[in-house]
Amino acid sequence: MSEPETRLPLREVDHVARLARLDLEPEERECFALQLGSVLEYVGRLAEVPVEGVPSTLQAPANVLREDEPAAGLGPEVALANAPDRQGDYFRIPRILEED
Amino acid sequence: MYRLPAHQLLPLLRARQLRARDLLEKALARIDGLDPTLHAFLALRADQARAQADQVDAELDAGRDPGPLAGLPVALKDNLCLKGTPTTCGSRMLETFVPPYDATVVRRLQDAGAIVVGKTNLDEFAMGSSTENSAFGPTRNPWDPQRVPGGSSGGSAVAVAAGMVPLALGSDTGGSIRQPAAFCGVSGLKPTYGRVSRHGLVAFASSLDQVGPLARDARDCALLLGVLAGHDPMDSTCRDLPVPDYQALMDRGIEGLRLGIPRAFLGGLDPEMATSFEEAGRALVGCGAELVDVELPHLEYALPAYYILAPAEASSNLARFDGVRYGLRVPGPDVATMMRRTRAAGFGPEVKRRIMLGTYTLSAGYHEAYYSRAQKVRSVVGEDFRKALARVDLLVLPTTPVPAFPLGEKTSNPLEMYLSDVYTVGVNLAGLPGLSVPMAPVRGLPAGLQIIGRAWDEGGVLACGEAFQSATGFHLAAAELGPSSGGPA
Repeated sequence: MSEPETRLPLREVDHVARLARLDLEPEERECFALQLGSVLEYVGRLAEVPVEGVPSTLQAPANVLREDEPAAGLGPEVALANAPDRQGDYFRIPRILEED
Repeated sequence: MYRLPAHQLLPLLRARQLRARDLLEKALARIDGLDPTLHAFLALRADQARAQADQVDAELDAGRDPGPLAGLPVALKDNLCLKGTPTTCGSRMLETFVPPYDATVVRRLQDAGAIVVGKTNLDEFAMGSSTENSAFGPTRNPWDPQRVPGGSSGGSAVAVAAGMVPLALGSDTGGSIRQPAAFCGVSGLKPTYGRVSRHGLVAFASSLDQVGPLARDARDCALLLGVLAGHDPMDSTCRDLPVPDYQALMDRGIEGLRLGIPRAFLGGLDPEMATSFEEAGRALVGCGAELVDVELPHLEYALPAYYILAPAEASSNLARFDGVRYGLRVPGPDVATMMRRTRAAGFGPEVKRRIMLGTYTLSAGYHEAYYSRAQKVRSVVGEDFRKALARVDLLVLPTTPVPAFPLGEKTSNPLEMYLSDVYTVGVNLAGLPGLSVPMAPVRGLPAGLQIIGRAWDEGGVLACGEAFQSATGFHLAAAELGPSSGGPA
């Protein structure tokens, strides 16, 4: 399906996976190198469109403001009901810093 | 009963010739019979639905009005939050997630007296065009169970097409309501961006996502849109604009309207799809409309722009699935390892592919060349639509280049799957309303006529769909579901 030159280098696949917080299996790395390469080649067609001076699309209306008034929230029990792990009224996670 | 549209069921319910409970039991029996083959549903809530139907019956018996959808069974795409019922998005990541609140559209349905029977299957996180990307197995097309129903709202389209429910909700980011509607022979509307609240819709690409109706005909889409549409303080992109009485607009016809066809864009059309489209054009002329050729010179760039912008927004939106507050967690010695393992185990291949693609195009060094350029191309495409719709009242084109394809045909080649959205994504980039209604079948399979209007002109789009359906009757054809499919024919 893809010409070899459209492959994304594995080094870039690994970099992007790290940014996206995704562990990849070896076969996924290979597969994404080919598939992302071919999709990127396809979307590269956008270079043909002259866009000098064209504004970006902004879908949302500028600012939407409302009065800042207190209202009932979910409450801790409801908010924590789906938590994979909790301690009291907190979400609990493993340690943030790796041990050296 | 299975084939009646909602607008014909409602008078029967109000006249008490039909009880909401009986209608619901028929729907549940139909689902029992057919869903083992078709797999439209991920979850049913029969008991709650029965209680709600009994309540609607009690109110109608007492002479009260429980709302404009009173007693009608409705199915929800499983990326819409329904309080207390799992909302999986077709993903292992959210297999056990139970939302603590209702989506605004769900609340509005229930306030209107609709009976929510269950949650329908979808491509994982609405990413796909065939419903094959669900972590819980594919949905099958009732016209030919060896073919896909389209996607990502495939379960909702099948639930309506197979006569399980008269009404369903889907979401449309690049064609995910219109394309499955076309593949399954039902009617489906993507409203103008900002017409319907996204609060409680699990976000895929926030600048493109809209919730909309799937139904038997345009008139039912109008009925459902009237309930869904309107301002919601919980979604700042949902505009505070008056909502017309869509049903009152349905009979105004298309006499004297100018309908634009972007002929130059229709080169890759299946020859039989082209024939069906020509026939549709003649029917529209028969209704008094004039067909006009229009130029949308940049429309061919809508698809590549979409496949930069939608994955970029997805990579950002799906960053929230990190094993901390809800959803799957795979343990790890530190938080970064936990997150990487959780996301590796929780997301399927297409979702990972789009997260990778979006992360790449947003990353340092590539942002300008890909994301920023795509946002500008998006403006150029939107300007093409605005210019065309200044000359004509509506645009018409086929919803898809080909009819429903066999399961497995495109799963190994993502780019080929993406190309099946070629006629639908432009409408999302421009934020316009688009409707798909059945036109003449192609090789025995349903085909969709797409009607596109100016921003906020859902009424004009739906009235054109209604005129076409009154003239042609293609929407009345029903899938033959024989004994081999395990259900009542």
